[in-house]
Amino acid sequence: MKATFQRQSWVIALPVILLLLWAVIYPNAAVIAGSFENGLGHWREFAASPADREALRTSIVISIASVLASLAIGVPLAFLLGRFEFPGRRLLRAVATLPAALPPLVGVIAFLFLYGESGVVTRVLQRILGMQEAPWRLQGVGAIVFVHAYTMYVYVFLFVSAGLERFDATLDEAASGLGASTWQRLRRVTLPLLMPAVAGSALLVFMNALGSFSAPYVFGGGLRVLSTQILASKLNGAMGLAYVETTVLALSAVAGLLLFRWLDRKRKYTLAGKGGRSRRVIQSRRIQIFTAIAAGLIVVALVLPHLMVVLVSFARDGAWTTQVLPPEYTLENYRRLFSESELWRPITNSVSMALIATAANLVVCFLAAYLIVFRRFKARGLLELLIALPWAIPATAIALGLAATFNRNDLLTGRILLVGTFWILPLAYFIRDIPLVASAVESSLRQMDASLEDAARGLGASWLLTMRRVILPAARPGLVAGGLLAAVTAVGEFVASVVLYTHSNRPISMEILAQLRALAFGTAAAYSVLLIFLVLLMTLAARSFEERLA
Amino acid sequence: MTPAPKARGGVANAGALSLNGVTRRFGDFTAVDDVSVEVGPGELLAIVGASGSGKTTTLRIAAGYESPDSGTVTLGGMDITRLPPERRGFGMVFQHYALFPHMPVEDNVAFGLEARGVGKSERLAQARAALASVGLEGAGGRAIQSLSGGEQQRVALARALVIEPRALLLDEPLSNLDPTLRQAMRDDLRAMLRRVGVPALFVTHDQEDAFAIADRIALLRKGKLLQCGTPEELYHAPVSREVAAFIGRGAIVPAVDRGGTALVTIGSVSREIKVIRPKGAAARFEDAYVVMRPDALELLRDSAGGTAWRGNVINRRFAGGVVVYRVQLADAVTVDVESTSGVTREDETVGVAPLSGPFPIVPG
Repeated sequence: MKATFQRQSWVIALPVILLLLWAVIYPNAAVIAGSFENGLGHWREFAASPADREALRTSIVISIASVLASLAIGVPLAFLLGRFEFPGRRLLRAVATLPAALPPLVGVIAFLFLYGESGVVTRVLQRILGMQEAPWRLQGVGAIVFVHAYTMYVYVFLFVSAGLERFDATLDEAASGLGASTWQRLRRVTLPLLMPAVAGSALLVFMNALGSFSAPYVFGGGLRVLSTQILASKLNGAMGLAYVETTVLALSAVAGLLLFRWLDRKRKYTLAGKGGRSRRVIQSRRIQIFTAIAAGLIVVALVLPHLMVVLVSFARDGAWTTQVLPPEYTLENYRRLFSESELWRPITNSVSMALIATAANLVVCFLAAYLIVFRRFKARGLLELLIALPWAIPATAIALGLAATFNRNDLLTGRILLVGTFWILPLAYFIRDIPLVASAVESSLRQMDASLEDAARGLGASWLLTMRRVILPAARPGLVAGGLLAAVTAVGEFVASVVLYTHSNRPISMEILAQLRALAFGTAAAYSVLLIFLVLLMTLAARSFEERLA
Repeated sequence: MTPAPKARGGVANAGALSLNGVTRRFGDFTAVDDVSVEVGPGELLAIVGASGSGKTTTLRIAAGYESPDSGTVTLGGMDITRLPPERRGFGMVFQHYALFPHMPVEDNVAFGLEARGVGKSERLAQARAALASVGLEGAGGRAIQSLSGGEQQRVALARALVIEPRALLLDEPLSNLDPTLRQAMRDDLRAMLRRVGVPALFVTHDQEDAFAIADRIALLRKGKLLQCGTPEELYHAPVSREVAAFIGRGAIVPAVDRGGTALVTIGSVSREIKVIRPKGAAARFEDAYVVMRPDALELLRDSAGGTAWRGNVINRRFAGGVVVYRVQLADAVTVDVESTSGVTREDETVGVAPLSGPFPIVPG
């Protein structure tokens, strides 16, 4: 019955919406309000600061350059793997998404070990060329964009590959039947139809690069970007300025989002073909050899960071100075991790905080996705916005919002003291992962025939029975996939953690950073390997869980 | 949350299901406009209409998924307008069957019993019996995805029947079947629904499905009920031009109403034909039309001394035992005529004459 159905929607929706307003909107509103706490004073300070103006400009330059670099790698790679058959294709396909499996900070330190001033690749080149100094310094905009391109081209590659797979082969055949040349087909048919995939992934890279913290933090040198400026201002106690910088960063992200929406506004079609095109086998022997060698080099470049982290994790701390490779190897780093409680602590911290955040994500995002997909009620649009919003707000901004809001107990204004406690980080992880989990569950539920719920009710099932026997099983693939993604991101989370951690709840990422600063490269790498291992373990657990149920 | 219905329906206490003046609006759009129909126990009523006619909304109101803005739904005289679907105890077969894809066939069929708190072994036994009654013995352990369209439809029917429903509701039950299977399922469906003995309401856009299965047909157009009656009544005595145009594909030709007969003038030739008037219609229509169906006309190779209407064959179509000719007559009238002879070709000039009738007459 409609009336009770409506009322029941509200009974579920109201707590979910209130929770999201409290966790997502309130902290960001507090930041914006804080930036105006003495009128326009902090804003004037921001505008007058050359450092901040430079940071804003650099952030945007890095984001755009990262988008271009990711497109330059991701699009050709997707075409190469999607359209051509050549020796080594399977291997290349298998490792093409590997960079995405590296937790953000781990990727950065792997690059440090490889391409830093004392990195392996740098030193090998230096020896070969007989130079006195390193051929380059891994610093500044170039270094940051280099790391970004390596980790973020995967979005472009995945989006465009998916687009190519759904691409209706008959469209191309029709175009060539009408006399279009290869180039004309590419320019007039293939690329325009792939534009949504290209634009979607470019937006994703832009948002990630704008909010990126690890690479600028480690490789920045003297370089300032907004996300690192925010932390610097906070550490200097200039909270008002930090609020302004956070607001500017969040506004830049929203502006980027709107810009991409506007560029993509005319699209009214979707790719819904069955694909089914066979890959073209490269015929020319010379091109075949060339492609195989190129593929081999790419594979090496993609795998090297992982191998390097593993190698360094066995290096004795302090022994690796001017040599190309670490001279001494030991199991000591791992032994210490497992035996010294102070070193083991970050691991239990990260795992427990990730699990708590993921559990909360699963409950809240399942209810939200259920409401969005199956119920019609007035605040549905608001709920959709609340679910998507954390995606558009850079993690540093989210973290600073939490720091500004949950720093004292004041029940009247809905504030509780979380800063400095264990709970602030799980809350931050929870907020960051809301869009991820919710969209995974939503897409599972959208695949479900909406009349199944009607059918269950028609057969006399109560709401709870319908939930348990019909809706939850339909949502399960999304819950597993979304939960896995959330747990994996949370366990290696760095950007929000660096703003909010305390010594007692420090996560693995912060410990890696601390070890790196102490020049204990071996220990830092051992943590990184452990982190990769945890991610792998979770992936396998999720897969076997899914297989056991299916 | 909501207690499962205790009453288990069944033949004994099944009363008539009626919709009394129900109206449902979505914003400015009136999907169902003051519709009243009644289905007695054991009766099969088809709601027929084109897409957008409001037939599915009407069915959903009967099922309780929509509540009407005005009007009531009653079962055996009891007002159930505000009763939610889970407490109506109706069996519903959805257009795409809505079988739970993650449960095997028998769990699907047993789900309604599970909702009623029936123990596992008991409900599975009943589910298997229900499957046997729709000709699917031994299919209980199969996955839904492994079933053909026809088998899925039977499972959906078994699932609706096993709860001993107080009424059966079917949304386009045959529309997902291929044409040959569809013919066979019509007969099966009618036989099965008659056996259950409860009011059965089904929705279809296909008048042939409705003719083959239903005892009575309610014709809906733009949310309004045009006519409700037996298939014969709708075919032979439509109440309006709209009904006549929808049912049976005849030419609708203006006529002069003379009570028992009508005068049809095409070009210079007038013919007086016997007519059948709709039930309860006025003795004369000011503005009248007759319905001339292909089987009520004959094709003449000559003009029969000027008493037949003359025209040109513009199309011929072989239809099994007969050939259907489309003939362009004078005054822009086009009729289809059935003939057992196939010798006439396109562009030949022919005569068309009415058989003895009677012809349906409708007001303009």
